[in-house]
Amino acid sequence: MASPQPDWAAIDRDPRFQALHKKKSSFLWGLMVFSIVYYFLLPVGAAYFQDLFKAKVWGPLNVGLLFALSEFIVAWVVAAIYAKRANREFDAMAAEIARDAHQIGGSK
Amino acid sequence: MGRLTPYFTGAAALLASGLAFAGEGAVADQWKWLTFAVFGGIIALTMYITWRASKRVHSTSEFYAAGRSVSGFQNGWAIAGDYLSAASFLGIAGLISLYGYDGFMYSVGFLVAYITVLLVIAEPCRNIGKYTLGDILAFRNDPKKTKTIAAISTITVSIFYLTAQMVGGGVLIKTLIGIDYEVSVIGVGVLMLAYVVFGGMVATTWVQIVKAILLVVASLVMVALVWAPYGFSLPGILDHVIHDDGIQKQVAKLLGTASANMTPEELGQRFLEPGLFLKNPIDQISLGMALVLGTAGLPHILMRFFTVPNAQEARKSVVWAMVIIGGFYVLTLFLGLGAALNVGPANIIALDKGGNMAAPILAQYLGGGADSMMGNFFLAFVAAVAFATIVAVVAGLVLASASAMAHDIYVGVIRGNHATPNEQVTAARVASVIVGIVAIVIGIAAKGQNVAHLVGMAFAVAASGNLPAVLLTLYWKRCNTWGIVLGMLVGSFSAIALVMMSPNLTYPKAVIKDATAVLDGTPAKDAVPAKASEGFVCELFAVCQNAEAAKPAAEAKPGALEKLAKLNEKMAALTDPAELDKAKKDAGKLEKDIKKAQDDLKKFEGQTTNLVGLEKPFFRLKNPGIISIPLGFLMVILGSLLFRDKRAEAMWDELYVRQNTGIQAEGAVAH
Repeated sequence: MASPQPDWAAIDRDPRFQALHKKKSSFLWGLMVFSIVYYFLLPVGAAYFQDLFKAKVWGPLNVGLLFALSEFIVAWVVAAIYAKRANREFDAMAAEIARDAHQIGGSK
Repeated sequence: MGRLTPYFTGAAALLASGLAFAGEGAVADQWKWLTFAVFGGIIALTMYITWRASKRVHSTSEFYAAGRSVSGFQNGWAIAGDYLSAASFLGIAGLISLYGYDGFMYSVGFLVAYITVLLVIAEPCRNIGKYTLGDILAFRNDPKKTKTIAAISTITVSIFYLTAQMVGGGVLIKTLIGIDYEVSVIGVGVLMLAYVVFGGMVATTWVQIVKAILLVVASLVMVALVWAPYGFSLPGILDHVIHDDGIQKQVAKLLGTASANMTPEELGQRFLEPGLFLKNPIDQISLGMALVLGTAGLPHILMRFFTVPNAQEARKSVVWAMVIIGGFYVLTLFLGLGAALNVGPANIIALDKGGNMAAPILAQYLGGGADSMMGNFFLAFVAAVAFATIVAVVAGLVLASASAMAHDIYVGVIRGNHATPNEQVTAARVASVIVGIVAIVIGIAAKGQNVAHLVGMAFAVAASGNLPAVLLTLYWKRCNTWGIVLGMLVGSFSAIALVMMSPNLTYPKAVIKDATAVLDGTPAKDAVPAKASEGFVCELFAVCQNAEAAKPAAEAKPGALEKLAKLNEKMAALTDPAELDKAKKDAGKLEKDIKKAQDDLKKFEGQTTNLVGLEKPFFRLKNPGIISIPLGFLMVILGSLLFRDKRAEAMWDELYVRQNTGIQAEGAVAH
């Protein structure tokens, strides 16, 4: 708190922050929408596509059970994709902006 | 050590009273000592954790956020420990054992919920927040208004959740080992208070971690034992499921007359298909919305993200939590199927109608049965894990409510942020004691009440009130104080009001009708043709005709009183000891049914309306999310657009930069 406040508006305008914002927004909301749609396919399928869900694939194992299991796999894969991208890309971009935070306001 | 003495005395008293009060339960009397030994071991371990933690907790950051020094991996386990309540551990295994596919489908939403937490909530909240939901909302809005409403919402959500845990826990412990309901509620309350008051977030975190590990280990061992006979093949175990006599009978019972033309194998296969439990797709979508958006708005889950040093660790903790929680639900599928195969749905229902005893009884079976030492050790272990589960979840909830009361209301609103560090820690401890005592009192007062709707209500309020406010203040520039106040009020109240008018509650007329049917039987009925729905609104509210399936004609059924009289007549003539034994058992069951029906009649005698004055549900769904969540979002938007708030807009740049970069985020306490 002792150090002077960075110029938030200037950081917000900084091209590096804008690049982070754009990349993150489209990526995050895209994954979010995909995950929600995929999740609601399960109750919708169980209610309105019963014949498909009851179709047997491997012994007694049917499409419905496989689809429910796939929900777990998809959730884990989404988490892994996000974590990988954030660790590799977003963190470095954010760290760079944070490091230069005090200069960004001053240089403009 | 001295300050912990009352705590040890309390625990000893709990154990002693447990032994003294131990009446009937799933564990036979000769094995009770084993149960108490396992309970004692786990309680001793958590006490040791609390004692270690109490030496570390001096500041508010340590009390509320464990000094922000919990690692992502540890926090992932703690989140799992906080989230996997007795309802998900015992409840979902039970649902699968009774209803097959639908039980498993039910568990999916609880995992998918963490996608929302991971992608849009955890890291921004860690970057701009301090200890509570109120801190996040107060960042660019009027602090007093938003902290007050956030605290009210936090306490409301936590009390709903907590009451369900206390009542469910009390009943569970009574069923398992026969300890009196009041004694176990007080026991849970005293233990949980000790963790929170002396060890704050440090002890709570470690109790949750220990509990999550115990839960996962117990489940892994059980699944290995269940699955091994089928060579760890998925079609292998499923093949036995569909050919199992008990499961086929259960499906036939659930389907009723519709099962008349089905072969045994079709009946078995039906267990793996949707529709035996979750019958209303709109209700399911409504529940799904509350889960997927509500988890991210649960104050005790949000609070966990302030215990890690930075946003990267917050991210890591959600990923670990998803691995543990998801893996656990996959294991639950096998626990449920294993219980259905080995114990049988009929036996599970005999112990508990909701199936909550499926996992514990499966444990007893896997260890060698009710007469073996290993069987009872397994049962004792699962019972102790269930007990630890309730205590750990309740501790997290009490800490969340106490932080809202002490940090948001007392320090933030009443003292205007001018309290000394010592005053703050004292306020936190006092608030914990108050919430803990309230929890015990509510737990005892709610004995025998229908609390099934309370967890759903907590999720619905979190999804309709908290989440729209948090999400929009983080991502929408125009969002302001007025939007948050309006959205949280309308979202929460509409969720609560809809649940109060829903089929979740008890309706005296229906209970009286059912009880009368049990006692006196039902007359013959003519077939009723199907009715068409008069529109979408009719599926939600009882204002017009909803779709109804055709009902076939039914023959008159005798009541339990008549059946018992006949059975008694028959028994007098019986000589074969085996037949006499069976008749006596049947008579015992009938007497139990009659007693319950008569009790119900007495309890609701002369009543026609329930506690909110309704004769029958006005809202037709069990889950209000489909209406209250959009309403919550709409009101935040409306409130923000109707009223201007210069500060909220001026602070937007700072909020947006800080939530994305972590500049000036609260740091870890150096040790």
